[in-house]
Parts: sequence; structure tokens; C-alpha cells
Amino acid sequence: MDFTHSDDRQMLADTLGRYLVQKYDFETYKRVSASDEGFSRETWGALAELGIIGALFDEAAGGFGGSGFDLAVVFEALGRALAVEPFLGTLMAGRLLAGRGDLLETVIAGTSILAFAHFEPQGRYDLTELATTAVRTGDGWVLSGAKAVVPQLEAADHILVSACTDGGLGKQAGLSLFLVPADAAGVAVRGYPMIDGGRGGELLLEDVTLPADALVGVESEAFEGIEATVAAGIVALCAQAVGVMEVLRDATLDYLRTRTQFGVPIGKFQALQHRMATVALEIEQARSAVINAAAALDGDRWHRERAVSAAKFTVGRVGTLTAEEAIQMHGGIGMTWELPLSHYAKRLTMIDHQLGDEDHHLERYVLLGAESQAAA
Amino acid sequence: MDLNFTPEEEAFRDEVRAFLADKLPKRIADKVRTGKRLTKADMVEWHAILNARGWLANHWPVEWGGPGWSVVQRYIFDVETALAHAPRIIPFGVSMLGPVLLEYGSDAQKKHWLPRILDGSDWWCQGYSEPGAGSDLAGLKCAAVRDGDDYVVNGQKTWTTLGQFADMIFCLVRTDTKAKKQEGISFLLIDMKSPGIEVRPIILLDGEHEVNEVFFTDVRVPAANLVGEENKGWTYAKYLLTYERTNIAGVGGAMAAFDWLKHVAGSQKKAGRPLSDDPYFAARLAKLEIDLENMKTTNLRVLAAAAHGGAPGAESSMLKIRGTEIRQEITALTRRALGPYAQPFVSEALDEGYNGEPIGPDYAAPVSADYFNNRKLSIFGGSNEIQREIITKAILRL
Repeated sequence: MDFTHSDDRQMLADTLGRYLVQKYDFETYKRVSASDEGFSRETWGALAELGIIGALFDEAAGGFGGSGFDLAVVFEALGRALAVEPFLGTLMAGRLLAGRGDLLETVIAGTSILAFAHFEPQGRYDLTELATTAVRTGDGWVLSGAKAVVPQLEAADHILVSACTDGGLGKQAGLSLFLVPADAAGVAVRGYPMIDGGRGGELLLEDVTLPADALVGVESEAFEGIEATVAAGIVALCAQAVGVMEVLRDATLDYLRTRTQFGVPIGKFQALQHRMATVALEIEQARSAVINAAAALDGDRWHRERAVSAAKFTVGRVGTLTAEEAIQMHGGIGMTWELPLSHYAKRLTMIDHQLGDEDHHLERYVLLGAESQAAA
Repeated sequence: MDLNFTPEEEAFRDEVRAFLADKLPKRIADKVRTGKRLTKADMVEWHAILNARGWLANHWPVEWGGPGWSVVQRYIFDVETALAHAPRIIPFGVSMLGPVLLEYGSDAQKKHWLPRILDGSDWWCQGYSEPGAGSDLAGLKCAAVRDGDDYVVNGQKTWTTLGQFADMIFCLVRTDTKAKKQEGISFLLIDMKSPGIEVRPIILLDGEHEVNEVFFTDVRVPAANLVGEENKGWTYAKYLLTYERTNIAGVGGAMAAFDWLKHVAGSQKKAGRPLSDDPYFAARLAKLEIDLENMKTTNLRVLAAAAHGGAPGAESSMLKIRGTEIRQEITALTRRALGPYAQPFVSEALDEGYNGEPIGPDYAAPVSADYFNNRKLSIFGGSNEIQREIITKAILRL
């Protein structure tokens, strides 16, 4: 039993943390996140140079990391800085592109950016409720459909798109993955700003014609990989959330120590002390949930999925608590745009809307439990 | 990062399991599993079995009879004994007084009292709380006045758990009424057979005699029974409260109780299907299980930090709060699972050898009483509100 990181991983975390503290302060965040592009290419390039993108992938994919705890340290640091750069899409798409060494090389070098376009407007958080289709034509494919709220979609040079190749809606069998160049004919991106900074987009595919080699992996057998890469995405998001929570906690504690009312710092009031103690305790539970999920990421499917759903549920629950309590304890000033706090609270709340919220993952955890009983 | 036990720790777990399979009496384990009452004889028997193996005082130094285990070994032992439905180790001598004597007792006191804790010669109880000193423990009034080679003790203690069985009581007494309240307290060992001691039962809401009031009227206590220095007792009391932390989360007990809850929820029916399939009940179970899994890891993180030389100090307040909340939720859901059959309560059904026809499911008899009894968890050992005070001061520094 050991809860410390290896020296290499700790060094990675320290390097990233130092860079972000020096180069990605709150003013930078505000400028970058509200910019037309919605992220900083300069930061992306610099972080690639520091090896941060390589840390997301294992050696088979040309990286030098890729384990649950590699993702956890990187995303926790990104969370602490509110970084909006397209790490999540790059991570989730990249993990499914292990066979495409040339492309991954440019991704890890920071010269290509990936997006993972899977969820659809009608499907909410369901992994299989897809209406996008891919039809074989001659020696290629034609894709049609729409994908919903893809983070940093406009930034991507290549979009990994899921589609039904056999059967369709609501089924695991029959899902396939396609690598779509962002500039392919028939691809339309409708970009928009997000409430927590950065940009997202709707992807529209209208008879997008692709060559045969656009198919990634085995035709109609993509579900397993999609589920696994979503699991990695969840570990990343949960770790990011814990980074955000700790910033919120520390900022709120600072405020409780310095804000004076009735002649004393408001942190002297028991009504606030006990609520803050609960928030602190819950954040430790969330961190434990992330550790459990990161440890399970490379294990068997059932334990992995149970642990990631448990973590996403916990982070959803604790995230909402932490964000709401941080705003409440700050009072009016917690409502302002000027304070970093409100931006962290928004980020934390919106993480619950990515890759399945608290309710979705609680239900999923229950269903997975029933699955194991049926198997036993 | 590695959440696995080492091969040595796995081997140790097998050793504990083999020991339990061999030595834990089935009669006693069945009583624990089904929520029957344990007698003093049952508890004494289990202590003797553990002591024969050298595993009773498993956090004591080897020279005083401890097995020299790491915190992880102690955790494994806690979990395995709980899952095997062993009785809990009665903490008053082994886990409370023992560490205080080891740290602050004289050589003579250690040589006299420690072996007697191990071999069961003395059953200890704890004289801390008073009617006017609960969460504000330092406000205690029970007084000891020096008179020659004795102290003369007058006052009252309360909530004395299992005091009806006790041979000895360790007491916090006021020896200086003029000093600041924390600075006039001493730590005294008192023979329960002394003239002037009266023990009166307090019957709790489940009808059980678990705790007592203890009255002291001109009780003479040899001055040799003072632990450490006069008026330094608060230091020792705090040490006692913070020492035994590896088990504060009660992980093993919660795991065993959660398994039992799943058994009950899987046996109860709603609309012809197991209650555990009902979406609302299943969601409650799932939230609880996730909380428990998170707490297990938090607990191990605290243990690992302690093993690497970090002090488990105030983090254990988080474990106490969450551990007791989880345990209370388990008992609440088990009660809820029974539906209408949570209501009948035949007290005799909890005694060994009861042959009456069960009312409702055969596991129903102790469930509601257990729920009510476990309301104590968030009150004793420093109420959960006091734990939040500790977190506020020691971790949040507000």
C-alpha cells in the first residue's frame, strides 16, 4: 500500500504546476477563455514541449504515461489553473488511435489537436443512443448525423466520430469509429462559448464522404473502446474537479479568516465552521474516489466501470456542495465576475454535465451491481 | 500509488483468517452475526482466545505483550475479525488505559496493571463523563482530595459503559479547584469494590443495560494509583482520546454490517421482487456503498500517512464523522428494509437459546433496537459536532 506518486510522476506534476502558476494566472485565464479561439495555442505548444500531452498516452501510442494516475496528476493541475486547453478531447480520441502512430506523433508534439465527438443531442449521457450513421459506399464511407456539445471542437484538426454501422439506436453492437478531418466536405461546426469559459461546438455531418481507412478499429465493434476511453475521460474530469475543489476550499478559508462582520472574522461563527468542516471532509472523500477510479482504470472492465461511476457520482455530489457553499460563504462578493472563485464554481458545476452527471452514474452503478449478481 | 497489499500482508491476512476459522467459537460468531446479546462470559472468552495467541493488545509494544504489527496489519486484523463476526475487543483496558500507562505510567504501574489487562484479571471501565461534563469534559467536578497516603474521592461519573462488570475504573478527577479548568485534573485508578462506590444502571432506549451511573462517597484511593503527575490528567486524557485511531472509522464493522444489509434487502420482497431491485432502495444502497468505498480509501490514506511518520491527528475526526454516519445509515436502511416488521420487539428473542417462533423474518428481531442503539455513535467519543470543532481548529485553522 502506497499513496505517494513515483518520482517521475511527481516531477511531471511539479513541472506542470510550476508552469501554470507562472504562465497561466487568473488574468491569463480570463483573456484566453473568452478569446475567439477559446484557448491558447501558445500554452498548448509549451505544454506539449514540457511533455504533458505525451504523459496522457502509453508507450504503445508513442507517449510515456497513460495510466490512471498519470491522467490524475495532469488534470488535477489543469483544474487548479482552470486551464481550458483541449486536453480532454485529445486524451479521449488519442487513446483510441493507438494504431495511428504518425498522427499521434504530431498530437504529442502539439501540432495536431483532436476532438472526440460521441454524444448526441437526443442521447443525453447514454453511450449507445446514437443516430449518426455510416454507410459503406464503394471503397469508402458516408457519414450523416449530429454530435452534441463537443469541448473545444473548433480547435480540432481531426475529429474522432462514432456512428452506427449496423442496426443503430441504443445498441452496443454496431458502433464504429471514424477519423474525420475537420476540413472534410460536409462537416459543419457550430461553435459557441461555454458558461465556464472556453468553447464548445455542435458537429453536423451531412453526407461526409470518407476513404476506407477512415475507419478506426474493427467495424461495428467500437463500443468496448468507447466505454474505456470515456472511463479515462471520467478519471481525468474527476481529478480536475478535485483540483478545482481544493482551490475553492482554500479561497473560502482565506475569506472566512479575513472577512470581518459583527467585529470578528466570520470564520469564528460556528454556523460557518461546521459547514466548512463538512466541505473539507467531503473533498477528502472525493479525492479517495478519484484514487479508487485511477487505480481501477487499467484493470478489468467491471471493476473499472464501477469505480469510475462511483467517482463521477461522488465528484458530482461533492462538487455541487463545494461550489454552492463557496459562493454562499463568500456572500455577495462570491456572486461577482471579478473574483476567481465564481469561475472555479462554474467550472466545478459544469464538470457534472460532462460524461454523465451524479444521477446518471448512480443509476449506472446500480445497474453494474445487478450485472455482477446476474453473472454470479 | 499502489492500493494493493504486499505479498507479506496477503500472507498475514491468510494467517488471520486461518486463526479465526480455527479459534473463533461458532457459538459466539453466530450471536454476533444475528445480533444476539453477548454475555460478559462471551467477551471474556474471546479476549482469552486472542490473548493466548498474543493478538489481544495488538498496538502495544512487543516488550509489553504486543505482536509488533504495522498499522496495515492492524487494519487487516480489524477487517477480518469483523467479517468473521468476532466480538469487538472491549477497548477500556486494552485500547484506552493501556496506551496511557505505557506513555505516562510508572514502571511499577506498568508491571502491575498491564499483564492484568491482558489476562483478564481486571475488567476496566472509563470514568470520564459527568452529568455536567459531556462535550465540555474539562468542566468535570468529581473531586479527589489528598489525605495522607490516599485520595478521598467524592462525586459522580455517568455513561459508564459496561461498568456493571468492572473491577476497576480509570477516572478523571478534579484535584485543584482554583486552577484553570484543564489544569486541575488528575488521572486516577480506582477499585470498583472500594467502600463508598455505588453503580446504578441506566437503561437505554433499546431497553438494554449497557451504561451506568457511578457514585463516589468518601472513596479512599491509594495515592500510588495516581497516573503521572497530579493536575496533569488533561494531557493524559487527550492522549487517550487521540491515541487509538487506526480503528476509528470502524471499516471492518461497517463492511460486515453492509453485507448483512444487502442480505436483508435481497431477502425482503416488494411487489414480488427483492427489495434491493427497487430503484429507490437500490439508489440508497448504492450511495451508501460508494460512501463506504470512499471512506475505506480515506482511512487507508490516513493509515499510510501515520505509518510514514505523519501524525493521524485531526484527520481522524473526519474518519470518526464519516465512519459513524455510514454506520448509522446502514442501521437505518436495515430498519427501513424490514417494513412493518421493524415494529415488533421481543427482547428475549435476543438471548442465546431462545426458541420462540420468530415474528416476521428470522433476522428481524434485533434490527430496530440496533438502529436505536447506534444513535450513540455520533454522540460518544466526542460528538460529531465536537469533531467538527476539532477540524475547524486543527485543520482549517479558523
